[in-house]
Formats: sequence, C-alpha cells, structure tokens
Amino acid sequence: MTRSFKSIYLLLIYAFLYTPIVALMVYSFNNAEFSMLWQGFTFNWYHEVMQDSNLWIAVWHSFYLALSATSSALLMGTLAAISLYRYQFRGKNVLQGLLFIVIISPDIVLGIALLILFSLGNLALGFWSLYIAHVTFCIPFVVIIIYSRAKSIDPNIFTAASDLGASELQIFTRITVPMLLPAILSAGLLCFALSFDDIVISYFVSGPGFEILPIKIFSMARLGVTPELNALCSLLFVMTLTIVCASQWVTRRKKQ
Amino acid sequence: MKNRFQYFSVGLISVWLGVFGLLSFLTMVVISFMQHDADHIALMHFTFQNYYDLFNPIFFKIFLKSFYIAGIVTALCLILGYPFAYIISRLPERLQNLSLLLLLLPFWTSSVVRSYAMMSLLKTKGLLNSVLLALGLIHQPLQLLFTNQAVTIGLIYNLLPFMILPIYVNLERFDRSLIEAAKDLGANYITAFRQVIIPLTMPGILGGCTLVFLPAMTLFYISDLLGGAKAVLLGNLIEDQFLTANNWPRGAATSVLLTVIMGIGLLIYWVKSNRRINYDSVI
Repeated sequence: MTRSFKSIYLLLIYAFLYTPIVALMVYSFNNAEFSMLWQGFTFNWYHEVMQDSNLWIAVWHSFYLALSATSSALLMGTLAAISLYRYQFRGKNVLQGLLFIVIISPDIVLGIALLILFSLGNLALGFWSLYIAHVTFCIPFVVIIIYSRAKSIDPNIFTAASDLGASELQIFTRITVPMLLPAILSAGLLCFALSFDDIVISYFVSGPGFEILPIKIFSMARLGVTPELNALCSLLFVMTLTIVCASQWVTRRKKQ
Repeated sequence: MKNRFQYFSVGLISVWLGVFGLLSFLTMVVISFMQHDADHIALMHFTFQNYYDLFNPIFFKIFLKSFYIAGIVTALCLILGYPFAYIISRLPERLQNLSLLLLLLPFWTSSVVRSYAMMSLLKTKGLLNSVLLALGLIHQPLQLLFTNQAVTIGLIYNLLPFMILPIYVNLERFDRSLIEAAKDLGANYITAFRQVIIPLTMPGILGGCTLVFLPAMTLFYISDLLGGAKAVLLGNLIEDQFLTANNWPRGAATSVLLTVIMGIGLLIYWVKSNRRINYDSVI
C-alpha cells in the first residue's frame, strides 16, 4: 500500500463520518423551508429553536434526569464495587450474577422488561420510571470502572485504618472515596452521557407527561427533515464538541 | 459496625438489581407464556402460542431479514474498518491519537442526531441527490431514503467504530517483527497477511463482529427513521408489538427469543476467542 492510497482511504472514511453532520450544519443556516438549494444566510431557524419553550423543557428534563440517575447509580455502584473488592460475604456470586444479567441483556429487552414491571406495579410512566430505568442500566458501568480501579489499592491501607480505630464508614469517607475519586468522576461522566443520550430504553418507559430530549428529537425526526431540527441538532453537536475538546484539553494539561 | 455498613452496601444494590433486573426479566418470561388479551396486559392462562406465532411466515420473514441486514452491516463494517484500523495502527503515536479522536468525535453526540443527519443527506431533495444531479450522473432524483439500503447505511454509520476499535487494539499490540520473520521465510505480503496478521488479530475481528452484529438487529429507531414504515429489524417487531399492536405476550416472547439469540452469539464469541466466562474480567 502506498502512502497516498492510505491517506485517501482515511479521508474517505472520515468524509463518510463527517459529511452528514457538516451538511446538516450548513443547511441550518439556509434561508429556505424545503429546498436544498442555497437561498441565503439566516439565523432564523436558531431563533425559532430558542423560542420553542417545549424544547427547552425537554432539555431541562433530560438534564435533571441524567443528574439524579447518575448520582444514585454512583452511590450504589461505588458501595457495591468496594464491597465486592473488600469483603467476602454469602451471596457474592448472586450479586455478581445479577450484575452480569444487566450487562449482557440487550437494551431493548431491559426497556420492555421494565415497562412490563411498571405496568403490573401500576407505576405511571414519567420521571420515576425513567429514573429507575436509567439508574439500572448505569449501575454496571459504575461497578466495572470502580472495581477495576479499586484492585490497585493496597489492602493493608484498610487494615492499618481499622487498627487505628476507624469505623467502616470513616474508612469509606476518608480513605476509599478520596483514593477512588478519579474513577468515580470518570464513571459519573460516562453515566451522565449515557443517560442524556439514551433512546432505546427511554422510548419504552417514558410517558407524555415527562418529555426528554432524545425522545423529542426522535418524534420530530419521524415527521421529516425540518430546518428547525437541523438547527437544534447542529447546536447539540457543537455543544458536545466543545465539551469533549475541553475535557481533552484539561486532561492533557494535567499530564504536563 | 462493620457489618452494618457492609449489609447496607450489599443490600441496597442487591434489592435494586433483584427487583428491576431479575424480577422484571422473570416477569417478562412469565408474560411470554400467557395468552393475549385486548383489555389486559395478559390473561392468566399458560400457552406456547406466542412462541408458536413467531414461526409463522410473516414474523419468520422479519427474523430472516433482520439477520440478513445485520450480516451485511457486519461484513461491510469489517471490510471498511479493517484497513482503517490497520492504517492508523501504523501511524506515529501523535497522529494515532488524533485519528482516534476524530473517529470518536461524532459518536459523542446522540445517535438519534446522527441518524437524523443521515436522513437529511439521503432524502429525495437532499444533498446527495443534488450533487449527483448537478454532476449529471443521474437525471431523476433517486429514492434513497426509506429503503433497506438507507437502513444499512445508517447502521454502518452508527456502528463502524465498534468494529474499528477492537481490531485497532489488537493491531496496535501486534509485533511487527513477525511480518519480517514471515518475509525472511519466503512469504510475500499477501501470504504474510493471510497467515500471520489475520489469525493474530482474530480476537479483535470476532469482538468487533459481535459488537456490530448484535446491536444491528435491535436499533429500531434507525430503521424507523431511515427505513420508514417498513419494519425490517427484530427491534422494530418488538417495538410494534408493544406500542402499536398492543400484543404484549407476543412482544415478550420475541424479546425472550432475542435474548436467547444474543446469548448464543456471546457464547460463540467466548468459545471462539478461547475465553472462559470469567466474572472478574466482566465485573
């Protein structure tokens, strides 16, 4: 393989990945409702997105759903990971088995299994059903990330702490959590992103009373391509781009 | 004191996963053996009918089609992704990191947003048709959106990195001197590739195929947006049974079957890559 062939190949794949997004952004500034021909530059569609209060309610819902699901999943997942690492207890295999079930089951199956459970339990679909679903699918990620980091802690530290009279709670808050903080933070970021973007599970357990952003975009996209939706999607893309680049920049600076 | 903390930690998550993980799955399995009833979720009457139904020609066709599309998507991802992974694994380290970042950047946005972008590119008055018309390659706009090809393209668009990354991880650790050794022993490049590189990156290939094939059957929203009203994936069949046809027992049966298929897929992966099911590696 020659050098130029390699570069062309890479460029083609990147073109495949980026063309739809770039085209979407360009046309979000196009002053035409249906045409793909360039009719002049406008901010009109962004203006409309800003005015759409339903949309911003959905954004807010998604945000606080992700925040509350992430914090609960972090709490339970961290405690579980540490117990799995530090203690020998009866039923340890059972707990690992439970985690394993949630890990390997496809998203769509978890979504409908929860939908069935909620209907039988008469839980109205809304914030709480979404919250339970998101916490459930986030927990395994937290346990995996934190458990793999906890393995590198020297167990003598815990023995030393309890010899010096620390209670288990004190060990947890003063030793375990500070030592695992980077892992807890990265698990939290991952959960937030997963929860904010999830559509497969949310689609089954969300109700009309509590609309979240991915579902809202999905139902708008089903009706067809509109310039307003182009503008909204471009905004979202630029937002994630900024966040990813910022976090890259921060980690790189820390390394230096 | 130690016990109280430990009981709390273990108890909390066990109860949560026991109820929302295990119990919900068991309920789904139970429902899949019950009779359909228009007014209730299901009738308390044991039956195999729901599973039997799935083998009637209409559903069976969807199964086959879903397998077929997932297979094509996997094959195309492998064909497109392997050279990509190979090329970037040979780049200098700085460029490698940059290439990976560029590959993953679009995947930080919601996959609905990306599918929507693909939708606007493929529509009749979309960019692709406009360009092809302007170049004089076609005289009539092509019907691209709402076809199986559109679903295939959309799935590849969403799943390609899941193929590239495991193969890349394998290739990156690959010892280059093995190729030189093969060449010294008289192998030409193609033989070395076939007999040395491919077998040694097999775990990555298998991992990638598993990560692409299994989701490709279930991503119903991609097929909803790009394939239109035609339900083509197993995921659409499940979605339809629950939200449109309102036949929950049959939907539950379809999900159970899907879980079994996934289980078999993962089992094949584990056996092929000689990995025992090791909880420590998963949890």
